[in-house]
Amino acid sequence: MIDNPKAGMSLIVKTITRLIMGLILLFGIYIVLHGHLSPGGGFAGGMIIALSFVHLMLAFGKEAVTSKISKNLASNLESIGALMFLSIAAIGFFGGSFFLNILKKGEPFKLFSAGTIPLNNLAISLKVSVGLLAIFLALVILEGTKKEI
Amino acid sequence: MSLYLLCLALFCVGLYGVLRKRNIVKIIIGLAIIEYSINLFFVLLGYRFHGRAPIDAQDQNILNMVDPLPQALVLTSIVIGLAVMAVLISIALRLYEKYGTFDITKIKQLKG
Amino acid sequence: MELHILLLFMIFAAIVAIEVKDLLSSVVAVGAVGFALCVAFLILKAPDLAITQLVVEILCLIILIRATINKDLPLVIEGRWIFNTVSTMVFIAAFLFFAYHALKELPAFGEPIMHLVKKYLEEGTTSTGAVNLVAAVILDFRAYDTLGEATVLFASVVGIMTVLRGRGRKRIEEKEK
Repeated sequence: MIDNPKAGMSLIVKTITRLIMGLILLFGIYIVLHGHLSPGGGFAGGMIIALSFVHLMLAFGKEAVTSKISKNLASNLESIGALMFLSIAAIGFFGGSFFLNILKKGEPFKLFSAGTIPLNNLAISLKVSVGLLAIFLALVILEGTKKEI
Repeated sequence: MSLYLLCLALFCVGLYGVLRKRNIVKIIIGLAIIEYSINLFFVLLGYRFHGRAPIDAQDQNILNMVDPLPQALVLTSIVIGLAVMAVLISIALRLYEKYGTFDITKIKQLKG
Repeated sequence: MELHILLLFMIFAAIVAIEVKDLLSSVVAVGAVGFALCVAFLILKAPDLAITQLVVEILCLIILIRATINKDLPLVIEGRWIFNTVSTMVFIAAFLFFAYHALKELPAFGEPIMHLVKKYLEEGTTSTGAVNLVAAVILDFRAYDTLGEATVLFASVVGIMTVLRGRGRKRIEEKEK
Protein backbone atom coordinates (compact mmCIF):
# COMPACT_ATOMS: atom_id res chain seq x y z
CA MET A 1 0.00 0.00 0.00
CA ILE A 2 1.24 3.47 -0.79
CA ASP A 3 1.50 5.20 2.58
CA ASN A 4 1.66 8.95 2.21
CA PRO A 5 1.08 10.46 5.68
CA LYS A 6 -0.44 13.67 4.31
CA ALA A 7 -3.07 12.16 2.01
CA GLY A 8 -6.26 10.48 3.20
CA MET A 9 -7.63 10.20 6.69
CA SER A 10 -6.15 9.75 10.19
CA LEU A 11 -4.05 6.85 11.46
CA ILE A 12 -6.91 4.99 13.14
CA VAL A 13 -8.92 4.82 9.90
CA LYS A 14 -5.88 3.61 7.93
CA THR A 15 -5.11 0.80 10.38
CA ILE A 16 -8.67 -0.48 10.42
CA THR A 17 -8.89 -0.31 6.62
CA ARG A 18 -5.79 -2.46 6.29
CA LEU A 19 -7.32 -5.12 8.54
CA ILE A 20 -10.85 -5.15 7.13
CA MET A 21 -10.55 -4.59 3.38
CA GLY A 22 -9.70 -8.22 2.64
CA LEU A 23 -12.68 -9.44 4.70
CA ILE A 24 -15.11 -7.22 2.80
CA LEU A 25 -13.76 -8.50 -0.53
CA LEU A 26 -14.10 -12.11 0.64
CA PHE A 27 -17.67 -11.54 1.82
CA GLY A 28 -18.62 -10.06 -1.55
CA ILE A 29 -17.18 -13.07 -3.40
CA TYR A 30 -19.09 -15.42 -1.06
CA ILE A 31 -22.41 -13.69 -1.82
CA VAL A 32 -21.77 -13.91 -5.57
CA LEU A 33 -20.82 -17.60 -5.57
CA HIS A 34 -23.79 -18.72 -3.45
CA GLY A 35 -26.32 -16.69 -5.42
CA HIS A 36 -28.52 -19.67 -6.21
CA LEU A 37 -28.61 -21.05 -2.66
CA SER A 38 -29.12 -18.06 -0.36
CA PRO A 39 -30.25 -14.45 -0.84
CA GLY A 40 -27.92 -12.10 -2.70
CA GLY A 41 -26.93 -12.78 -6.25
CA GLY A 42 -24.76 -11.02 -8.80
CA PHE A 43 -25.88 -7.41 -8.26
CA ALA A 44 -25.51 -7.17 -4.50
CA GLY A 45 -22.23 -9.11 -4.45
CA GLY A 46 -20.70 -7.02 -7.24
CA MET A 47 -21.54 -3.82 -5.40
CA ILE A 48 -19.94 -5.08 -2.19
CA ILE A 49 -16.71 -5.83 -4.11
CA ALA A 50 -16.79 -2.30 -5.58
CA LEU A 51 -17.39 -0.83 -2.11
CA SER A 52 -14.22 -2.46 -0.76
CA PHE A 53 -12.12 -0.60 -3.35
CA VAL A 54 -14.00 2.65 -2.70
CA HIS A 55 -13.21 2.19 1.00
CA LEU A 56 -9.52 1.92 0.11
CA MET A 57 -9.71 5.07 -1.96
CA LEU A 58 -11.46 7.07 0.76
CA ALA A 59 -9.03 6.09 3.50
CA PHE A 60 -5.69 6.36 1.69
CA GLY A 61 -6.27 9.17 -0.80
CA LYS A 62 -6.85 8.66 -4.49
CA GLU A 63 -3.25 7.77 -5.40
CA ALA A 64 -3.60 4.31 -3.88
CA VAL A 65 -6.03 3.14 -6.56
CA THR A 66 -5.55 5.44 -9.57
CA SER A 67 -1.91 4.41 -9.90
CA LYS A 68 -2.93 0.77 -10.34
CA ILE A 69 -6.25 0.91 -12.23
CA SER A 70 -6.55 3.51 -14.97
CA LYS A 71 -9.82 4.47 -16.65
CA ASN A 72 -8.94 2.51 -19.80
CA LEU A 73 -8.40 -0.72 -17.92
CA ALA A 74 -11.70 -0.31 -16.04
CA SER A 75 -13.72 0.28 -19.19
CA ASN A 76 -12.08 -2.68 -20.98
CA LEU A 77 -12.84 -5.04 -18.07
CA GLU A 78 -16.44 -3.92 -17.98
CA SER A 79 -16.89 -4.64 -21.67
CA ILE A 80 -15.43 -8.11 -21.14
CA GLY A 81 -18.02 -8.75 -18.43
CA ALA A 82 -20.89 -7.71 -20.70
CA LEU A 83 -19.57 -9.88 -23.55
CA MET A 84 -19.34 -12.89 -21.21
CA PHE A 85 -23.01 -12.49 -20.31
CA LEU A 86 -24.01 -12.33 -23.99
CA SER A 87 -21.95 -15.36 -24.93
CA ILE A 88 -23.56 -17.44 -22.17
CA ALA A 89 -26.90 -16.42 -23.64
CA ALA A 90 -25.78 -17.39 -27.16
CA ILE A 91 -24.75 -20.86 -25.96
CA GLY A 92 -28.45 -21.52 -25.49
CA PHE A 93 -28.79 -21.75 -29.25
CA PHE A 94 -27.33 -25.24 -29.09
CA GLY A 95 -30.37 -26.34 -27.15
CA GLY A 96 -33.05 -24.71 -29.23
CA SER A 97 -33.67 -21.08 -28.33
CA PHE A 98 -31.96 -17.95 -26.98
CA PHE A 99 -31.08 -18.00 -23.25
CA LEU A 100 -32.05 -21.64 -22.77
CA ASN A 101 -30.53 -23.25 -19.67
CA ILE A 102 -28.80 -26.27 -21.19
CA LEU A 103 -26.05 -27.32 -18.77
CA LYS A 104 -26.61 -30.17 -16.32
CA LYS A 105 -29.00 -29.32 -13.52
CA GLY A 106 -27.48 -31.44 -10.74
CA GLU A 107 -29.12 -31.92 -7.36
CA PRO A 108 -30.52 -29.00 -5.39
CA PHE A 109 -28.69 -27.55 -2.32
CA LYS A 110 -25.24 -28.22 -3.81
CA LEU A 111 -22.75 -25.59 -5.00
CA PHE A 112 -22.31 -26.97 -8.52
CA SER A 113 -25.96 -27.10 -9.56
CA ALA A 114 -28.56 -25.09 -11.45
CA GLY A 115 -27.06 -25.05 -14.92
CA THR A 116 -26.00 -21.63 -16.20
CA ILE A 117 -27.23 -19.61 -13.21
CA PRO A 118 -23.85 -19.45 -11.33
CA LEU A 119 -22.03 -18.51 -14.56
CA ASN A 120 -24.50 -15.70 -15.17
CA ASN A 121 -23.95 -14.49 -11.61
CA LEU A 122 -20.18 -14.35 -12.16
CA ALA A 123 -20.47 -12.36 -15.40
CA ILE A 124 -22.92 -9.88 -13.89
CA SER A 125 -20.83 -9.38 -10.76
CA LEU A 126 -17.73 -8.58 -12.84
CA LYS A 127 -19.67 -6.06 -14.90
CA VAL A 128 -21.35 -4.31 -11.97
CA SER A 129 -18.26 -4.04 -9.77
CA VAL A 130 -15.93 -2.67 -12.43
CA GLY A 131 -18.65 -0.33 -13.74
CA LEU A 132 -19.23 1.25 -10.33
CA LEU A 133 -15.48 1.59 -9.79
CA ALA A 134 -15.23 3.39 -13.16
CA ILE A 135 -18.00 5.81 -12.11
CA PHE A 136 -16.18 6.62 -8.90
CA LEU A 137 -12.82 7.06 -10.68
CA ALA A 138 -14.44 9.53 -13.10
CA LEU A 139 -15.88 11.57 -10.20
CA VAL A 140 -12.57 11.66 -8.30
CA ILE A 141 -10.33 12.52 -11.24
CA LEU A 142 -12.59 15.45 -12.13
CA GLU A 143 -11.72 17.09 -8.83
CA GLY A 144 -8.02 16.77 -9.60
CA THR A 145 -8.37 18.47 -12.97
CA LYS A 146 -10.41 21.33 -11.55
CA LYS A 147 -7.69 22.30 -9.10
CA GLU A 148 -5.04 22.71 -11.81
CA ILE A 149 -6.97 25.43 -13.61
CA MET B 1 -55.72 -0.16 2.20
CA SER B 2 -54.34 2.49 4.53
CA LEU B 3 -50.81 1.22 3.76
CA TYR B 4 -51.33 1.92 0.06
CA LEU B 5 -52.51 5.45 0.83
CA LEU B 6 -49.46 6.14 3.03
CA CYS B 7 -47.23 4.95 0.18
CA LEU B 8 -48.90 7.38 -2.21
CA ALA B 9 -48.51 10.18 0.34
CA LEU B 10 -44.73 9.55 0.27
CA PHE B 11 -44.93 9.78 -3.53
CA CYS B 12 -46.68 13.15 -3.22
CA VAL B 13 -43.95 14.53 -0.91
CA GLY B 14 -41.34 13.65 -3.53
CA LEU B 15 -43.49 15.13 -6.31
CA TYR B 16 -43.77 18.43 -4.42
CA GLY B 17 -39.97 18.50 -4.15
CA VAL B 18 -39.51 17.99 -7.91
CA LEU B 19 -42.08 20.64 -8.89
CA ARG B 20 -41.44 23.48 -6.49
CA LYS B 21 -37.79 23.63 -5.52
CA ARG B 22 -35.18 25.79 -7.24
CA ASN B 23 -32.00 24.05 -6.16
CA ILE B 24 -30.98 21.21 -8.48
CA VAL B 25 -29.82 18.97 -5.62
CA LYS B 26 -33.26 19.28 -3.97
CA ILE B 27 -34.88 18.19 -7.25
CA ILE B 28 -32.61 15.12 -7.38
CA ILE B 29 -33.50 14.28 -3.74
CA GLY B 30 -37.22 14.50 -4.62
CA LEU B 31 -36.67 12.06 -7.50
CA ALA B 32 -34.96 9.60 -5.14
CA ILE B 33 -37.95 9.75 -2.75
CA ILE B 34 -40.35 9.02 -5.66
CA GLU B 35 -38.30 5.92 -6.56
CA TYR B 36 -38.35 4.57 -2.99
CA SER B 37 -42.11 4.94 -2.73
CA ILE B 38 -42.81 3.11 -5.99
CA ASN B 39 -40.50 0.21 -5.08
CA LEU B 40 -42.25 -0.15 -1.72
CA PHE B 41 -45.66 -0.11 -3.41
CA PHE B 42 -44.71 -3.00 -5.69
CA VAL B 43 -43.47 -5.20 -2.85
CA LEU B 44 -46.57 -4.41 -0.76
CA LEU B 45 -48.74 -5.83 -3.55
CA GLY B 46 -47.20 -9.28 -3.27
CA TYR B 47 -47.25 -9.89 0.47
CA ARG B 48 -49.23 -12.75 1.97
CA PHE B 49 -50.16 -13.02 5.65
CA HIS B 50 -48.03 -15.63 7.50
CA GLY B 51 -46.05 -16.30 4.34
CA ARG B 52 -42.43 -17.42 3.99
CA ALA B 53 -39.46 -15.88 2.20
CA PRO B 54 -39.16 -17.32 -1.35
CA ILE B 55 -36.21 -19.60 -0.62
CA ASP B 56 -36.77 -23.35 -0.51
CA ALA B 57 -35.64 -25.27 2.57
CA GLN B 58 -35.28 -29.00 2.97
CA ASP B 59 -38.34 -29.81 5.02
CA GLN B 60 -40.95 -27.10 4.43
CA ASN B 61 -43.80 -26.93 1.97
CA ILE B 62 -43.69 -24.64 -1.02
CA LEU B 63 -47.24 -23.38 -1.22
CA ASN B 64 -46.94 -20.88 1.63
CA MET B 65 -44.49 -18.42 0.06
CA VAL B 66 -44.90 -14.74 -0.64
CA ASP B 67 -45.02 -13.72 -4.29
CA PRO B 68 -41.51 -13.81 -5.86
CA LEU B 69 -42.41 -12.08 -9.13
CA PRO B 70 -42.72 -8.46 -7.85
CA GLN B 71 -39.48 -8.99 -5.92
CA ALA B 72 -37.63 -9.89 -9.13
CA LEU B 73 -38.95 -6.78 -10.90
CA VAL B 74 -38.07 -4.47 -7.98
CA LEU B 75 -34.50 -5.87 -7.88
CA THR B 76 -34.00 -4.64 -11.43
CA SER B 77 -35.61 -1.30 -10.59
CA ILE B 78 -33.35 -0.58 -7.60
CA VAL B 79 -30.16 -1.00 -9.64
CA ILE B 80 -31.48 1.11 -12.52
CA GLY B 81 -32.40 3.82 -10.01
CA LEU B 82 -28.78 3.99 -8.88
CA ALA B 83 -27.57 4.38 -12.48
CA VAL B 84 -30.02 7.25 -13.17
CA MET B 85 -29.05 9.08 -9.98
CA ALA B 86 -25.33 8.82 -10.83
CA VAL B 87 -25.89 10.36 -14.29
CA LEU B 88 -27.99 13.20 -12.79
CA ILE B 89 -25.34 14.04 -10.20
CA SER B 90 -22.59 14.16 -12.82
CA ILE B 91 -24.66 16.55 -14.98
CA ALA B 92 -25.26 18.75 -11.91
CA LEU B 93 -21.52 18.86 -11.18
CA ARG B 94 -20.78 19.93 -14.73
CA LEU B 95 -23.44 22.68 -14.52
CA TYR B 96 -21.89 24.02 -11.33
CA GLU B 97 -18.49 24.19 -13.01
CA LYS B 98 -19.82 26.22 -15.91
CA TYR B 99 -22.33 28.59 -14.25
CA GLY B 100 -21.11 28.83 -10.65
CA THR B 101 -24.54 28.22 -9.14
CA PHE B 102 -27.10 25.47 -8.56
CA ASP B 103 -30.10 27.77 -9.08
CA ILE B 104 -32.20 26.65 -12.05
CA THR B 105 -33.61 30.11 -12.87
CA LYS B 106 -30.12 31.38 -13.66
CA ILE B 107 -29.19 28.57 -16.06
CA LYS B 108 -30.65 30.02 -19.22
CA GLN B 109 -28.20 29.66 -22.09
CA LEU B 110 -29.18 26.95 -24.53
CA LYS B 111 -25.93 26.92 -26.53
CA GLY B 112 -22.28 26.85 -25.52
CA MET C 1 -48.80 -2.46 12.71
CA GLU C 2 -45.03 -2.02 12.50
CA LEU C 3 -45.34 -1.13 8.84
CA HIS C 4 -47.61 1.81 9.68
CA ILE C 5 -45.07 3.25 12.14
CA LEU C 6 -42.23 2.76 9.65
CA LEU C 7 -44.14 4.50 6.85
CA LEU C 8 -45.01 7.47 9.10
CA PHE C 9 -41.32 7.81 9.99
CA MET C 10 -40.42 7.74 6.29
CA ILE C 11 -42.93 10.49 5.45
CA PHE C 12 -41.61 12.66 8.29
CA ALA C 13 -37.98 12.18 7.19
CA ALA C 14 -38.90 12.95 3.57
CA ILE C 15 -40.57 16.24 4.58
CA VAL C 16 -37.43 17.15 6.57
CA ALA C 17 -35.22 16.30 3.58
CA ILE C 18 -37.16 18.57 1.22
CA GLU C 19 -37.61 21.58 3.48
CA VAL C 20 -34.28 22.03 5.31
CA LYS C 21 -32.02 24.76 3.92
CA ASP C 22 -28.67 23.08 4.60
CA LEU C 23 -27.74 20.65 1.80
CA LEU C 24 -25.74 18.23 3.95
CA SER C 25 -28.64 17.77 6.41
CA SER C 26 -31.08 16.98 3.64
CA VAL C 27 -28.70 14.34 2.22
CA VAL C 28 -28.53 12.71 5.67
CA ALA C 29 -32.35 12.71 5.86
CA VAL C 30 -32.61 10.94 2.47
CA GLY C 31 -30.20 8.35 3.86
CA ALA C 32 -32.59 7.80 6.78
CA VAL C 33 -35.48 7.20 4.34
CA GLY C 34 -33.40 4.61 2.46
CA PHE C 35 -32.42 2.69 5.60
CA ALA C 36 -36.02 2.63 6.83
CA LEU C 37 -36.99 1.19 3.43
CA CYS C 38 -34.41 -1.59 3.93
CA VAL C 39 -36.03 -2.49 7.29
CA ALA C 40 -39.46 -2.46 5.58
CA PHE C 41 -38.21 -4.97 3.00
CA LEU C 42 -37.07 -7.26 5.83
CA ILE C 43 -40.50 -7.08 7.47
CA LEU C 44 -42.14 -7.96 4.14
CA LYS C 45 -40.03 -11.15 3.85
CA ALA C 46 -37.75 -10.09 0.96
CA PRO C 47 -34.08 -10.65 1.99
CA ASP C 48 -32.63 -10.30 -1.54
CA LEU C 49 -34.09 -6.83 -1.86
CA ALA C 50 -32.94 -5.76 1.61
CA ILE C 51 -29.28 -6.55 0.83
CA THR C 52 -29.40 -4.80 -2.55
CA GLN C 53 -31.22 -1.72 -1.20
CA LEU C 54 -28.72 -1.31 1.66
CA VAL C 55 -25.66 -1.39 -0.62
CA VAL C 56 -27.25 0.88 -3.25
CA GLU C 57 -28.23 3.38 -0.55
CA ILE C 58 -24.64 3.60 0.74
CA LEU C 59 -23.24 4.21 -2.76
CA CYS C 60 -25.92 6.82 -3.48
CA LEU C 61 -25.04 8.71 -0.27
CA ILE C 62 -21.33 8.77 -1.13
CA ILE C 63 -22.02 10.20 -4.59
CA LEU C 64 -24.50 12.80 -3.26
CA ILE C 65 -22.10 14.04 -0.57
CA ARG C 66 -19.39 14.41 -3.19
CA ALA C 67 -21.68 16.78 -5.09
CA THR C 68 -22.84 18.94 -2.19
CA ILE C 69 -19.81 19.51 -0.03
CA ASN C 70 -18.59 23.15 0.11
CA LYS C 71 -21.25 24.25 -2.34
CA ASP C 72 -24.04 25.85 -0.28
CA LEU C 73 -25.68 29.02 -1.51
CA PRO C 74 -28.53 31.20 -0.17
CA LEU C 75 -31.66 31.41 -2.34
CA VAL C 76 -34.13 34.30 -2.73
CA ILE C 77 -37.89 33.75 -3.00
CA GLU C 78 -39.35 35.89 -5.78
CA GLY C 79 -42.92 36.91 -6.61
CA ARG C 80 -45.95 34.72 -7.63
CA TRP C 81 -45.16 32.38 -4.79
CA ILE C 82 -48.72 32.06 -3.45
CA PHE C 83 -50.23 31.21 -6.82
CA ASN C 84 -47.60 28.49 -7.50
CA THR C 85 -48.01 26.82 -4.11
CA VAL C 86 -51.81 26.84 -4.20
CA SER C 87 -51.97 25.38 -7.70
CA THR C 88 -49.50 22.60 -6.74
CA MET C 89 -51.57 21.74 -3.66
CA VAL C 90 -54.77 21.60 -5.76
CA PHE C 91 -53.09 19.26 -8.24
CA ILE C 92 -51.81 16.96 -5.47
CA ALA C 93 -55.26 16.85 -3.81
CA ALA C 94 -56.91 15.89 -7.12
CA PHE C 95 -54.27 13.16 -7.64
CA LEU C 96 -54.89 11.67 -4.17
CA PHE C 97 -58.67 11.74 -4.67
CA PHE C 98 -58.52 9.77 -7.92
CA ALA C 99 -55.90 7.41 -6.49
CA TYR C 100 -58.20 6.55 -3.57
CA HIS C 101 -60.96 5.53 -5.94
CA ALA C 102 -58.55 3.45 -8.03
CA LEU C 103 -57.02 1.69 -5.01
CA LYS C 104 -60.40 0.29 -4.00
CA GLU C 105 -60.24 -2.09 -6.99
CA LEU C 106 -57.04 -3.77 -5.83
CA PRO C 107 -57.22 -6.98 -3.72
CA ALA C 108 -56.93 -6.43 0.02
CA PHE C 109 -53.49 -6.26 1.61
CA GLY C 110 -52.26 -9.76 2.50
CA GLU C 111 -54.31 -11.85 0.08
CA PRO C 112 -52.75 -11.64 -3.39
CA ILE C 113 -54.32 -13.33 -6.39
CA MET C 114 -51.13 -15.26 -7.40
CA HIS C 115 -52.53 -16.43 -10.69
CA LEU C 116 -49.35 -16.17 -12.80
CA VAL C 117 -46.92 -17.34 -10.15
CA LYS C 118 -48.34 -20.82 -9.49
CA LYS C 119 -46.29 -22.28 -12.35
CA TYR C 120 -43.07 -20.66 -11.09
CA LEU C 121 -43.64 -21.85 -7.53
CA GLU C 122 -44.44 -25.44 -8.38
CA GLU C 123 -41.89 -26.14 -11.09
CA GLY C 124 -39.18 -23.67 -10.03
CA THR C 125 -36.87 -25.93 -8.10
CA THR C 126 -37.23 -29.02 -10.27
CA SER C 127 -36.93 -27.37 -13.66
CA THR C 128 -34.01 -25.03 -12.95
CA GLY C 129 -32.22 -26.69 -10.05
CA ALA C 130 -31.87 -23.45 -8.05
CA VAL C 131 -33.15 -23.17 -4.51
CA ASN C 132 -33.41 -19.37 -4.43
CA LEU C 133 -36.60 -18.70 -6.40
CA VAL C 134 -35.95 -14.99 -6.98
CA ALA C 135 -32.58 -15.81 -8.62
CA ALA C 136 -34.30 -18.48 -10.72
CA VAL C 137 -36.87 -15.93 -11.90
CA ILE C 138 -34.40 -13.21 -12.84
CA LEU C 139 -31.78 -15.44 -14.44
CA ASP C 140 -33.75 -18.25 -16.01
CA PHE C 141 -37.43 -17.52 -16.52
CA ARG C 142 -37.02 -13.81 -17.26
CA ALA C 143 -33.44 -13.43 -18.40
CA TYR C 144 -34.28 -10.79 -21.05
CA ASP C 145 -35.01 -8.26 -18.31
CA THR C 146 -31.55 -8.86 -16.84
CA LEU C 147 -30.01 -8.29 -20.27
CA GLY C 148 -31.88 -4.97 -20.49
CA GLU C 149 -30.63 -3.98 -17.04
CA ALA C 150 -27.01 -4.77 -17.98
CA THR C 151 -27.45 -2.55 -21.05
CA VAL C 152 -28.78 0.34 -18.94
CA LEU C 153 -25.81 0.10 -16.55
CA PHE C 154 -23.37 0.04 -19.47
CA ALA C 155 -25.00 3.10 -21.07
CA SER C 156 -24.88 5.02 -17.79
CA VAL C 157 -21.15 4.31 -17.30
CA VAL C 158 -20.42 5.47 -20.87
CA GLY C 159 -22.50 8.62 -20.29
CA ILE C 160 -20.73 9.53 -17.04
CA MET C 161 -17.28 9.03 -18.51
CA THR C 162 -18.21 11.33 -21.40
CA VAL C 163 -19.75 14.12 -19.31
CA LEU C 164 -16.96 14.17 -16.73
CA ARG C 165 -14.04 14.10 -19.13
CA GLY C 166 -11.05 16.16 -17.93
CA ARG C 167 -9.92 17.92 -21.04
CA GLY C 168 -12.15 18.54 -24.00
CA ARG C 169 -11.11 19.31 -27.53
CA LYS C 170 -10.83 23.09 -27.10
CA ARG C 171 -8.26 22.92 -24.30
CA ILE C 172 -6.01 20.57 -26.27
CA GLU C 173 -6.07 23.01 -29.20
CA GLU C 174 -5.16 25.92 -26.92
CA LYS C 175 -2.28 23.95 -25.45
CA GLU C 176 -0.92 23.18 -28.90
CA LYS C 177 -0.85 26.83 -29.87
